[in-house]
Amino acid sequence: MLRSMPAPSLAGKPVNSSIFTLQTWAHRLSAAGRRLLFGAALMASGQIHATEPGDPAKGEDLYRACKSCHQIGDNARNGVGPHLDGLFGRQAGSLEEFRYSGAMQQKGQDGLVWNEFTIDAYLEKPNAYIPGTRMSYRGMRDPQDRLHVIAYLKALSAAPPAADAAANTDIGAEIGAAAMQLEGDVEYGEYLSTECVTCHQMSGRADGIPSIVGWPNNAFIRALFEYKTNVRSHQVMQNMTVNLGNEEIAALAAYFATLEPQ
Amino acid sequence: MPNLTRRSFGLLAGASAASLAMPHYARAQGKPRAVVIGGGSGGGTAARYLAKDAGEDLDVTLIEANARYTTCYFSNLYLGGFRDFESINHGYERLASNYGITVVNAFADMIDREAQEVVLADGSRVPYDRLVVAPGIDIIYDSVPGYSEEAAQIMPHSWKAGPQTQILKSKLDAIEDGQQIVMVAPPNPYRCPPGPYERVSMFAHVLKNKGYTNSKIIVLDPKPSFSKQALFQEGWEKHYPGMIEWYGPDVHGGIVSVDPATGAVETDLDTFTGSLVNVIPAQKAGMIATKAGLSNDSGFCPIDPYSMRSKMDDKIFVIGDACIAGDMPKSGFSANSQAKVAAMAIRGDLLDARVFPAKYSNTCWSLIDTNDGVKVGAQYAPTDEKIASTSSFVSQTGEDAALRQATYEESIGWYNGITADIFGS
Repeated sequence: MLRSMPAPSLAGKPVNSSIFTLQTWAHRLSAAGRRLLFGAALMASGQIHATEPGDPAKGEDLYRACKSCHQIGDNARNGVGPHLDGLFGRQAGSLEEFRYSGAMQQKGQDGLVWNEFTIDAYLEKPNAYIPGTRMSYRGMRDPQDRLHVIAYLKALSAAPPAADAAANTDIGAEIGAAAMQLEGDVEYGEYLSTECVTCHQMSGRADGIPSIVGWPNNAFIRALFEYKTNVRSHQVMQNMTVNLGNEEIAALAAYFATLEPQ
Repeated sequence: MPNLTRRSFGLLAGASAASLAMPHYARAQGKPRAVVIGGGSGGGTAARYLAKDAGEDLDVTLIEANARYTTCYFSNLYLGGFRDFESINHGYERLASNYGITVVNAFADMIDREAQEVVLADGSRVPYDRLVVAPGIDIIYDSVPGYSEEAAQIMPHSWKAGPQTQILKSKLDAIEDGQQIVMVAPPNPYRCPPGPYERVSMFAHVLKNKGYTNSKIIVLDPKPSFSKQALFQEGWEKHYPGMIEWYGPDVHGGIVSVDPATGAVETDLDTFTGSLVNVIPAQKAGMIATKAGLSNDSGFCPIDPYSMRSKMDDKIFVIGDACIAGDMPKSGFSANSQAKVAAMAIRGDLLDARVFPAKYSNTCWSLIDTNDGVKVGAQYAPTDEKIASTSSFVSQTGEDAALRQATYEESIGWYNGITADIFGS
């Protein structure tokens, strides 16, 4: 049995799960009770495993994994994910210009507000903290890494977002530009999409496989071209995109942009 | 139960013999009717896409003998203790309530191709303008001498998920250290090419978890090689050293017979005895397809690669494990992919809907041990000769643990995705 013990890197797991439980509870409590519990959470937090304070410079490196979906800093706009300006103190799922999952909106309505503790818990395993989230990120296991990212978010999120923070559709001349010029045939896209929805749920739910519903048109096109040209490496997606031409990719992007996450 | 057959409709309307001779007259009064036989991965998907995309314009009926469907995929994960049985069962409620599909819980006994009616076990008839036949496989019991439907209670095949899977699970859980498991693997072509080897992995996982060191798993294979062989054999060596012995025909020389009374499997080389013997015989298209004359000498049903239309009857489409799909493996993923092409062709036939060029795909994930997932997949396109592979991939040996874990987690996402795509969400 000893052979099947979890790897050493998972040793902190029980403590992290207990903070998750505490915070889940916390959403059901009054603001005062919540503050008390967050105090307790701080004591038990994954952060006690971190050996150094959060370093925004290290956080910036780690943020590369987030960057293709989340803009932050001066004039940030929504993309595949919401912009992160003004994140601290923001109610979850509350940016009007962004199409969130129902699960995220519900959490916000139930009282989830982003702060260093809730962000820490969410980042550790997004789909466990908010089942049904559209954020297709598997999670950041290392508490120290999370601390760095949170420090970076804190440093950058005070900047003002763009006046019109709706999704930026002008992402310039780049990969997939020819497909971006085309007007996608939504009906063709709907037929082609039947191949996608065997894995990517039409509801926009992401459990183990990313949500692809409601993306900005050009972000969708760019992602498919990145698979097609091996910029992004994933065997299934490279195989799926290898035979898709500009017309097909434009059609798919046009169709998926018409869907609303549930 | 829909009893309003064309005949009874005609009689109710007081039709004369002359109008009975013009069957399409009565039909033209109502919506066109699409009927699907079989509520598995192919049939469920076909019914849902027909109803979803045609809306009010098409009358869609799904005929399925069982009240619930147990997926074969992930049934190995149930054996391994990674899923509970409930989690691999799915009902038809949402297909009925959310998509307006008439779900008929009955056994489809035969197809009256001339009258364009499906005859149910109780004799009632369901008329169709287009029919999707998706009965899956039937087991050819006598392809393994000594094996039979009765013997399957003792030596389960568990190649159709459901009660058979549960028999296998209880026998697996009863194995004691030092007892042996024997699997007789199936010959080509069969449902789920990597399935037997994922199952062997799950057997081994259960034994290893119990700390067993003296049990062995013997695989007697009629094939000289198998799907993802390098990946499985690497994984077996890594996770279950010395526990699994795989013998191809050049070693065992041929499977002579099985004896359910003693648990013996006789081969040219030797007799192997197991406390658990899992016999997976040869397979053919589900009975109704053969009974309706839709299959050929191979036991499976030839189709037009561009549309999934039966080569025997242009009003009928055969999809999933029952059809001859060229380079595509028999898998739930393939059936789901074929169903979408067939549904589009049927809407084209009956509703003049736009018909796009057929495209097919498949990916099969397998679990070797905890968080060690692998996959194989391909894209396909029709040619005059067959559905042909246009590109493919397979996991590599020596991949790192993080990628294997990601692959396993992806398979869970796929399971949720495909079952939502088949049964609605």
